[in-house]
Amino acid sequence: MRIREHPILRFPAGGKISFFFDGREVEAFEGDTVAGALTAAGLRILAHSRRLGRPRGLFCAIGNCASCLMEVDGQPNVRVCVEKVRPGMQVCSQAGKGRLL
Amino acid sequence: MLAKDGLPEEGDLRAVMPDEKKLAAGPAAIIECWQEIPCDACARACPNYAILPMPNLYERPQVDFSRCRGCGVCLSACPGLAIFIADGSRSEGAVLRLPYEFLPLPQAGQRVAGLGRAGEVLGKFLVLDVTGANMRENPAVIFLLVPPDMAMRVRNISLEGA
Amino acid sequence: MTGGVRECDVLVIGGGPAGLCAALAAASCGVGVIMAERDGHLGGQLAKQTHKFFGSARQFGGERGFLIAQRLAAEAENAAGIEILTETPVLGIYEDGVATLLHRGGHMKVRPRKIVAACGAAENFLAFEGNDLPGVCSAGAAETLINAQGVLPGRRALMVGGGNVGLMVAYQLLQAGMEVPALINHAPQIDGYWVHAAKIRRSGVPILNSTTIKSAYGNGQVEGAIICEVDENRQPLPGTERRVECDLICLAVGLSPLNGLCQQAGAALAYIPELSGHVPVTDEYLRTSQEGLYAAGDAAGVEEAATAMEEGKIAGLSAAVALGYGGTAAQEALTEAAAELKRLREGPMSERIRRGLAVLRSEVIKC
Repeated sequence: MRIREHPILRFPAGGKISFFFDGREVEAFEGDTVAGALTAAGLRILAHSRRLGRPRGLFCAIGNCASCLMEVDGQPNVRVCVEKVRPGMQVCSQAGKGRLL
Repeated sequence: MLAKDGLPEEGDLRAVMPDEKKLAAGPAAIIECWQEIPCDACARACPNYAILPMPNLYERPQVDFSRCRGCGVCLSACPGLAIFIADGSRSEGAVLRLPYEFLPLPQAGQRVAGLGRAGEVLGKFLVLDVTGANMRENPAVIFLLVPPDMAMRVRNISLEGA
Repeated sequence: MTGGVRECDVLVIGGGPAGLCAALAAASCGVGVIMAERDGHLGGQLAKQTHKFFGSARQFGGERGFLIAQRLAAEAENAAGIEILTETPVLGIYEDGVATLLHRGGHMKVRPRKIVAACGAAENFLAFEGNDLPGVCSAGAAETLINAQGVLPGRRALMVGGGNVGLMVAYQLLQAGMEVPALINHAPQIDGYWVHAAKIRRSGVPILNSTTIKSAYGNGQVEGAIICEVDENRQPLPGTERRVECDLICLAVGLSPLNGLCQQAGAALAYIPELSGHVPVTDEYLRTSQEGLYAAGDAAGVEEAATAMEEGKIAGLSAAVALGYGGTAAQEALTEAAAELKRLREGPMSERIRRGLAVLRSEVIKC
């Protein structure tokens, strides 16, 4: 969900774009982080843990931790909390450690 | 209890209240700032030098009620939203000014729930005015008409069910 | 440039309140500064803080955090002698004094004559069953989503932690339109300022002291929490468990200084609980034990934005003076900043910090 009105802050929306989350089209605004856009769309499960397959979500949102690692346009282990969305970007839940090749 | 949830007790409040004569004479600032915080925003803001200067930054604000005109500049300046203005000079009741940082804002003429320091509903009261609707820099100020015995009890409003 | 290595007087790592003030202070002496900020904007965590800050006029006390951040960032952008590199994390500081920056997809090598590490701090995690469920996040993460991105992280949040971060963020969640069923605090009394507690109490949020979170539950993501009371030894009291329905659990359980770069550069660290963990050993000029390396702000010990600003000024001025810049004006500014820092820390609320600093400064002679 987006904040429609806030007592102190204004959120000027950038242009509408879309990207893909595990193949599904997700709407976003320019300037959004991937994690922000996914959260706004109600998508909070970003990955699954390597050994036990437990769901993983956002923890710190500022690039300090490794809770939100995803595969972005084929590159694994991207911290999507600090990665900005780009039109047509392919964001995938990462399987295991991820593979570069 | 202050240390448990920031709620003052009778004695705490008595120490920061103007006397009855001052309250009945016009608006005055009630500063509910209980700790020695390194902050002098209210003293710097006061145009009447009614809040004593703080050579030590951590001193608690002290109001010289003989100088306080209840202008409310300190209410807008306080980072802790801990300053309220009470005016007991009106015949129809006490006029309280409360800092407020939520949307939607009430409208003048609207009746809203007045809340106590623990968020408890104390009654429905008339909003006389709302200033500072653009809250980007400072909180809005709600002018609320309350019975005189509520002047030291009402500290927030709620528009729910209003 | 020599051999692809850029030379500069001072490299400031971090564009938060400490880094910005360090860069501005150094540049005011005529020093050439490169400021590397990992994020896309300046201001650090101050940029997302909507509450007004305490402090004196020198630290813009009485202004909202994001407005202070904007003010400092604009000053740095307009200052002569500060080259600002955003989206540029510093990867390492090596034996030969070269720092490697990740900049526009490539490695930029910088050999500064002095370095100010103003890297900030990271929020702590907490051990409880189900703490890895999506919907458990740091209080700062919720603040980032709401105030920096305009996105609601949930509808109903349980706040865990009775310090200023917990109290302030609980208030900010309410401002964004969320519900906060409770703030729980494992200590018998709150640790944050009472005025901040009063703001959420009069909005109807209960503060439950001597209470901890036992577990988070939910199918794939948070649907609620089990909380329970603790005894005087902070041990759970059996039979006091309660269910709190919520879709978000925010952890505000302290911060730890980001000391990695200082440690890698060879600076001695000391474990000072009062300063929130391992911090570089610094003297009153904020020099670390590593020649040419200074530390300021939360990275030098978690405190407040106002003290971070004054520390930044001290570190920036110390570096400039050590390089022979600034003359008597810099010396005077240094004395002023030190006096102001002392003034900010004089009160009873800073007793813990003073205790920690006393231990830290006693470590200096060992280095």
